[in-house]
Amino acid sequence: MLLNPEQNAMLDGSRGYATRKAMQILVALGEIYGAERMIPVSSVQIAGVSYDNLGEAGLQFLSEMADGGGKVCVQTTLNPAGMDIENWRSLGIQPDFAEKQGRVLEAYSRMGVSTTCTCTPYLTGNRPLFGEHIAWSESSAVCYANSVLGARTNREGGPSALASALTGLTPEYGYHLAKNRRPTLTFQLSTRLKETSEFGGLGKMIGEHIQVSKGIPYIKGIQSATLENLKSLCASLATYGGAALFHMQGVTPEASSFTPPLEQVEVSQPELESVMQSLNDATAAEVDFVSLGCPHLSIHEIEQIARLLEGQHVKKEFWIATARATRQIADQLGYTRIIEAAGAKFAADTCCVVAPIQGRFTAMATDSAKACYYAAAKNKFKTLLLPFDEVVRLALQ
Amino acid sequence: MILHGRSIFQGNAQGETLVTSQPISFFGGVDPEKGIVVERGHPLEGQCIAGKVLVFPTGKGSTVGSYTLYRLKMNGRAPLAILNAECETIIAVGCIIAEIPCVDQLPIQEIRSGSLVQIDGSVVIVIIEDPAIH
Repeated sequence: MLLNPEQNAMLDGSRGYATRKAMQILVALGEIYGAERMIPVSSVQIAGVSYDNLGEAGLQFLSEMADGGGKVCVQTTLNPAGMDIENWRSLGIQPDFAEKQGRVLEAYSRMGVSTTCTCTPYLTGNRPLFGEHIAWSESSAVCYANSVLGARTNREGGPSALASALTGLTPEYGYHLAKNRRPTLTFQLSTRLKETSEFGGLGKMIGEHIQVSKGIPYIKGIQSATLENLKSLCASLATYGGAALFHMQGVTPEASSFTPPLEQVEVSQPELESVMQSLNDATAAEVDFVSLGCPHLSIHEIEQIARLLEGQHVKKEFWIATARATRQIADQLGYTRIIEAAGAKFAADTCCVVAPIQGRFTAMATDSAKACYYAAAKNKFKTLLLPFDEVVRLALQ
Repeated sequence: MILHGRSIFQGNAQGETLVTSQPISFFGGVDPEKGIVVERGHPLEGQCIAGKVLVFPTGKGSTVGSYTLYRLKMNGRAPLAILNAECETIIAVGCIIAEIPCVDQLPIQEIRSGSLVQIDGSVVIVIIEDPAIH
């Protein structure tokens, strides 16, 4: 790779230990993937925040980088933590875990990272523009940034995203280059989708297809899609297919610059139903945990929950996962009061995927296909995928 | 035998090889406290990678695997060095943060388990090839 004098100074250690380590990571990745040079990034989103995933080793590495003088030089936000930073006791988190989680956040904070703790940074002020080069981890947000916003990022891991934050650079390869953003396979829908659960099901179906074929999907036949629909689709595509980018005719900003690829896969209602059914191994009667907010809820979704819960009382453990900033809007608008009066719990800064809840529940109901995957794989829960409103109603039964 | 590869993390090491033809997932696939491969059905299942020159085609699995390599190093259970056919992000980042010498673009099928090898930057010298003699 060709480095300029300043980048060479970062690599040879003249800019301190942490910057050197960061530059070593970026140069190695650039060499592996054939990048010719480094390009500046304007925004970073870092995964690897929950102590449940990082462990002691991750915490040690982050402390070492903070001790080594690491300081971010672009806007940098964080993924969800393993707990609600203020309200962890009511979610059943142990004090020992809370202490370690606190040390992870402190290390990030010392490096100048905004400890926002959300998987939807684009809803809380870290929202890149069309064509902007960024370095994001958190697979659902990567897919959203590339596809819906038209920004450009590879699927970074936690350490490589941190490396970009500390240097303001990323190696130029992959989705940063226009030639790698072309769709390769058309998915034609012959059914009308409305629910977030259906968009999640579509993401699973397309994801499993491209996991094998390794392409970029071009989706046709969607009449309209809301922000909430698209964030569900992105989470699911990334979880089940490792997808970082898709185009959707009439919806996403780059779609109109391509002609749909000739190779086409038909998506029918029965197929979609059977994909969604494959996530239902729990019965409604078995459900003892209800979770919404994967990815984190928008203020519009919280309003919907408040409307459905007003004046009633939930009979199951019900977590409402969102960014702290979004919950604070809900506080102002009175939704928090209604929801908490109904006995549901806000899980700000965290979610059912990254909190340490293995073994605590038997079966989880959700509207998120992504949450179903991690509930089964990581926490050994049975799952029930339902439309958003029905999830709320089930909590009341 | 002298093999020329590409250096992912520069370093020198000398030791005995442990070779597999299958990719390795460090997150969930290797016990970070003991350095033992725990992935069910993996050809190296039950074997210890600590202090070995670990030879495998490429990494797989979660990106958290980079931190597992770091944790192995902190626990004194890391491989001495890693040799790959094609290094990917998880192994590359893991070797850099844990400071484990790593070379890729090597014809790993030519390296036998139990050989004595020396790594010097991007060059790998197989000193004793036959495990029976060694």
